[in-house]
Amino acid sequence: MSNAIEIRALRKSFGRTTALDGLDLVVRTGEVHAFLGPNGAGKTTTLRILLGLLSRDGGEARLLGGDPWRDAPRLHARLAYVPGDVTLWPSLTGGEIIDLLARLRGPRSAIDAQRKQALIERFALDPAKKARAYSKGNRQKVALVAALASDAELLLLDEPTAGLDPLMEAAFRECVEDERHQGRTVLLSSHILSEAEALADRVTIIRDGRAAETGTLAEMRHLTRTSVDAELAGPVSLDGLGGVHAVDVRGTRLHCEVDHAALNEVLGRLTAAGVVSLTCRPPTLEELFLRHYSPERAVAGARR
Amino acid sequence: MTVSARAEPGPALGAAGRPGARRAGRGLAGTWPLTRLAFRRDRIMLPAWVYLITVAVTTTAYGFAKLYPTAASRAQLVISGGGNPALRFLYGRLNGSSIGALTAWRYGVWAAIFGALMTVFIVIRHTRGDEEAGRLELVGSAAVGRQAALTAGLLAAVTANAAIAALLCITLPVSGLPASGSAALALAIGASGLAFTGIAAVAAQLTSGARSARGIAFGVLGAAYVLRAIGDSAGPAGPSWLSWSSPLGWVELTRPFAGQRWWVLALPVAVLAAGVGAAFVLAARRDHGAGLLPDRPGPAAASGWLRGPFGLAWRLQRGMLGGWAAGAAGIFAASGAAAKGIGSLLGGSTQLKHEFTRLGGQAGITNAYLAALMLLAGLAAAGYATSAVLRLRAEETGGLAEPLLATAASRVRWGLSHLAVAVFGAAALLAVAGLAAGLGYGLRTGSAGPELARMLGAALAQLPASLVMAGIAVALVGLLPGAAVAGAWTALGVVVVIDLFGQALQLSHWVLDISPFTHAPRLPGGAVSAAALLWLGLAALAFAAVGLAGLRRRDIG
Repeated sequence: MSNAIEIRALRKSFGRTTALDGLDLVVRTGEVHAFLGPNGAGKTTTLRILLGLLSRDGGEARLLGGDPWRDAPRLHARLAYVPGDVTLWPSLTGGEIIDLLARLRGPRSAIDAQRKQALIERFALDPAKKARAYSKGNRQKVALVAALASDAELLLLDEPTAGLDPLMEAAFRECVEDERHQGRTVLLSSHILSEAEALADRVTIIRDGRAAETGTLAEMRHLTRTSVDAELAGPVSLDGLGGVHAVDVRGTRLHCEVDHAALNEVLGRLTAAGVVSLTCRPPTLEELFLRHYSPERAVAGARR
Repeated sequence: MTVSARAEPGPALGAAGRPGARRAGRGLAGTWPLTRLAFRRDRIMLPAWVYLITVAVTTTAYGFAKLYPTAASRAQLVISGGGNPALRFLYGRLNGSSIGALTAWRYGVWAAIFGALMTVFIVIRHTRGDEEAGRLELVGSAAVGRQAALTAGLLAAVTANAAIAALLCITLPVSGLPASGSAALALAIGASGLAFTGIAAVAAQLTSGARSARGIAFGVLGAAYVLRAIGDSAGPAGPSWLSWSSPLGWVELTRPFAGQRWWVLALPVAVLAAGVGAAFVLAARRDHGAGLLPDRPGPAAASGWLRGPFGLAWRLQRGMLGGWAAGAAGIFAASGAAAKGIGSLLGGSTQLKHEFTRLGGQAGITNAYLAALMLLAGLAAAGYATSAVLRLRAEETGGLAEPLLATAASRVRWGLSHLAVAVFGAAALLAVAGLAAGLGYGLRTGSAGPELARMLGAALAQLPASLVMAGIAVALVGLLPGAAVAGAWTALGVVVVIDLFGQALQLSHWVLDISPFTHAPRLPGGAVSAAALLWLGLAALAFAAVGLAGLRRRDIG
């Protein structure tokens, strides 16, 4: 089986609000897949459908080769989940909850005591504290340790670093790297782009309940414009050129964003005007994100 | 007590002088908006408590006037009731034979208990409850002093207790009782609530969790009840002074309608002052979110018991069940002990006798009384089972079903886990109630062995009917999750009304038959229909099965 998760044209509405509107998502076995989108885009709804907590209104969803709704308990023995908003039983200690979740995953998925201990130390968690005394970050750590210490094939992580400090975030990234080397599949929902940039093999961007774009980061950059900053000897006109956006000329300094097809022509005109200095770079994921999620801004840029 | 909280920089405990006064002014900033917020949030709960307590006391006064209209009938009640140590244990001392004195006896202490429950809920909810939930952090970041929330919670509780006292001052004289006695009873009940306001205010400072803070306050309430009960039921040679050590005892020691001792009212007010003063000092010394009692660390690894959904459900609910069982043991032992001589107690009122034989479903007054007790035990078990099943919904809305159902635990196993606690708990509570009543009655009549067995059977015969209510709760959680909590409690309320008042209201058989308890045997003494028990069991099973099927089908969360 080559795909851990296959979602086609998935639909889900709650009353009149449409949460998912024909979402497609494929996560290959063994990859770290980032699921990026702003709040309310449908990330958590997708994960909850994959967990069989919500039924789907339309479309298909396969998880580890099974039906996430019908085969829920059987499939859950092979996955571990970290919810976005971790709530824990207040009267239980963190250590008890970690053990409980491992035992709940099934009799055979015994937790590796050594690994659990190592993770608890890595995340600097006090397992003897009652859950009601934990901060948001510490609750997150409990769920993370429970998931990472398991021998699950698939990890579903819903914004797992939302409450972690930068130090713990780094520890988390190391852990995900380890998971990748062990051949586990990770679906990581996030709105933190640097996290996806650092960890993900492939990325799916979700907007308004649909996949806006999916692919490796290299492929996505291929689809995007090149950012050009130049200092020129003389004036230049880029008027009448297709595929050039966000042109900003200040004296002899020029900034613009150029589609790949237009790059050669633009560079030709720049060299004709005389180049003093030139920087061309791929866009950061942040810029990419802004393009997908703030259409007004893209329109405004194009107009200029 | 270990004071582990670090004193914050600045004047704290000792500096009641100059800087303290200025600080106190700042510490109270924002109290008024918070108090209004408290009233806004309690706009249903608070009037409901006030109404229920006022109505309970007033209707008791009205009822005594109707049931025991003559001085002679009351005199007999006083001899048998006031002389019965079990009834003194349950209700308190009987000061005189007027209708007012009887009202104060029957509902003085108990109104104070309900008032204390109300007070503890209000105070903890607006102080430690909000602090634990993190709401006070948000509020505290606004221009709000650190004592403002505590003050607002206290104001809400004091207002509620003042409202009860004021209403009773009006309603009791209207129902025909002398004004000064009425005022004494009303003020005694209200003042007792003030004492528990002070106690709850201190409890809210001690622990970091609202549940344990409520636990401490309820523990004090329980101790107050027991001290009073022992003091009241002790003979002249016994430790009757114990009643003086209890805020609940002060209600009867005010002697409403029996030559009022007004100065006793100063005792609860002093407790309020001391408690509030201590709470303010403690609150100023501790960190936000911290308690004065250290959080005890728990085990770093789960024991073998915590293995699956069932172990978890038991772990989450065992404390609550323990509390119910302890309460049932005390109440039913005393009520069982009161059964001896119940005939002569009721002798003065044919109407009350009629009431008991109706509830108990038989003619022999002692058996009728015991059977009525077992009906109450059945209703209590149904109440417990309903709350245990509704834990499913609380877990779901609290986001705790999600991590559980993301594991290999199926929805049905999850549903069954809490249902199992409900079934076991209802059976255990009925067994405790039956054994306690049997023990109480048996020890007084000198036949504890046979009475234990007889009453255990009588109590357990109510189990199928109780489980029907649990089944209805499961069905609602499975099919109508949004309406489950309100629906299940409404169903139980309807059943309670039908069982306790249905015949008196002369409802038709169709209506009476709605309640499962109409079909349960009236034991001891009544006839047992195996078919009826079987049908009740099947109904419970059917409701539960429908609910679990619905749980499998619907969205979670």
